[in-house]
Amino acid sequence: MSLQNAIGHNGNGNGSNDAVPGTNSTGVVITNSAAPLPAGVHLPLYMDNHATTQLDPRVLDAMMPYFTGKFGNAASRNHQFGWEAEKAVEIAREQIAKLIGATAKEIIFTSGATESDNLALKGVAEMYRERGRHIITQVTEHKAILDTCKKLEKQGFRVTYLPVMADGLIDLDDLKRAIVTEGPEKTILVSIMFANNEIGVIQPIAEIGKICHEKGVFFHTDAVQAVGKVPVDVQAMNIDMLSISAHKLYGPKGVGALYVRRRNPRVQITEQINGGGHERGMRSGTLNVPGIVGLGAACEICMNEMAGEAVREAELRDHLRARLENSLDYVHVNGNMEHHLPGNLNMSFVYVEGESLLMGINDIAVSSGSACTSATLEPSYVLKALGLGDDVAHSSIRFGLGRFNTRAEVDYVADKVIDVVRKLRELSPLYEMVKEGIDLTKIEWAAH
Amino acid sequence: MAYSDKVVDHYENPRNVGTLDKSSEAVGTGLVGAPECGDVMRLQIRVNPATQVIEDAKFKTFGCGSAIASSSLATEWVKGRTINQALTISNTDIVKELALPPVKIHCSVLAEDAIRAAIGDWKKKNGVAEETHAEVAVAS
Repeated sequence: MSLQNAIGHNGNGNGSNDAVPGTNSTGVVITNSAAPLPAGVHLPLYMDNHATTQLDPRVLDAMMPYFTGKFGNAASRNHQFGWEAEKAVEIAREQIAKLIGATAKEIIFTSGATESDNLALKGVAEMYRERGRHIITQVTEHKAILDTCKKLEKQGFRVTYLPVMADGLIDLDDLKRAIVTEGPEKTILVSIMFANNEIGVIQPIAEIGKICHEKGVFFHTDAVQAVGKVPVDVQAMNIDMLSISAHKLYGPKGVGALYVRRRNPRVQITEQINGGGHERGMRSGTLNVPGIVGLGAACEICMNEMAGEAVREAELRDHLRARLENSLDYVHVNGNMEHHLPGNLNMSFVYVEGESLLMGINDIAVSSGSACTSATLEPSYVLKALGLGDDVAHSSIRFGLGRFNTRAEVDYVADKVIDVVRKLRELSPLYEMVKEGIDLTKIEWAAH
Repeated sequence: MAYSDKVVDHYENPRNVGTLDKSSEAVGTGLVGAPECGDVMRLQIRVNPATQVIEDAKFKTFGCGSAIASSSLATEWVKGRTINQALTISNTDIVKELALPPVKIHCSVLAEDAIRAAIGDWKKKNGVAEETHAEVAVAS
């Protein structure tokens, strides 16, 4: 299957010609879709790979037999259908373990990373409640961690939310100071994400792991954005628990895994779902065999192709960044770019509101940190945690490059973003005022 | 979120974008909203002092598509009206015309505020008190 077939482009090869050039006196026209599409670019164009990824056709091929003839229950111990399914699951367990430097027995299958995060945090909290009541995490975690911590707080745990520095990284001295080693308030768990889903920064995971092990504290990491994209080694990095999601690495939705260390130290968790005692009692429920096979296949492809893919994506990302920076003033790159996912670029186009920008590039799938794109009307808490003003957060766009993005697509996206940002700035009173030398911070705005 | 055709039309072809000379006696400027809220609208009107008719209107807006559309529509609606007629434009008219969803109602409120602020600025510059103005309204 060719990639184009797999993506299922909408066949609108000439671009849409719906937009009628403006008739207003100033001649401002935001979208100009009359130009023909460059070769190799099909719309809509997907560049939001932190939200989800396209299933790799090779992964689908691996899964397909387990939807059809090989439909057995992996827990059926007494016939071939069960054995066949169980064998496929065990192969997948090996494939996942190999990608992160674990052993197969340390992999527990779940419905996805949200469940993995819940199981890790609640499972350890419940199991080690008598050892201590303190948990440490940080402010730019995914809601799967933050909301789980909020719940644990209601159950009597104390949670420390470490701040991040302006580049999105935590300060290791903050972490060292926060760990409590004595008394009933002793720290039992540190949970720090590997790579951030919005700004792509990679935390100093190996250093965090070392600190935790020196102080006798378990270390969990939500590695959803990192596994399969950058090297992850639970041994070298002293990681005790790690959450994985299949659909972030070109696998299917609805399946994930939790790595739980078995020795040095052994981590025990209290199960959160009771039932048939699957996954050695840690996660009951009939295994999602096709999904698990897909997760395994996705991990194996990443294992083989990650190194080259990371270089290619980083080149594309840097090309996109350079094009935008060279053509536009008042652009900001958000987050530390040295410790960074290869496919991530989070940029603020100051004096242009993010949702209006998305509206102008609506045949391109990217995300915005603008409040207007969220249900809460609050701009991204991740960007705010970096100390960015709300106005800059409102102007941010997250580009998520992935396996299937091409240079032609990157150039198309750059052209389009540059074009729309310029037009929206013609419309922006803030841009005009700044260009006239007015200091916007000196104006008394009427907040509404 | 799906936008109404009218919002898309105003976004793609915004009417009356631009700047009037804010130091001119005949020009009233309204600047409302705040950058940290993600919406700033500037609406300007040029008023004929004899007739109090708004002869020209321009806007610039930093904000989402609905905010741009609300202010673009506001310039269309105020042009050719007297300032008193313009003051009768309410945010609910804008919501109706653009079919704004509840989450975007604040955009229409801001556009109404912008009209009022621009007219208020013109009145201040031209020494037109609210009372005088009410009399004119009766007379017209």
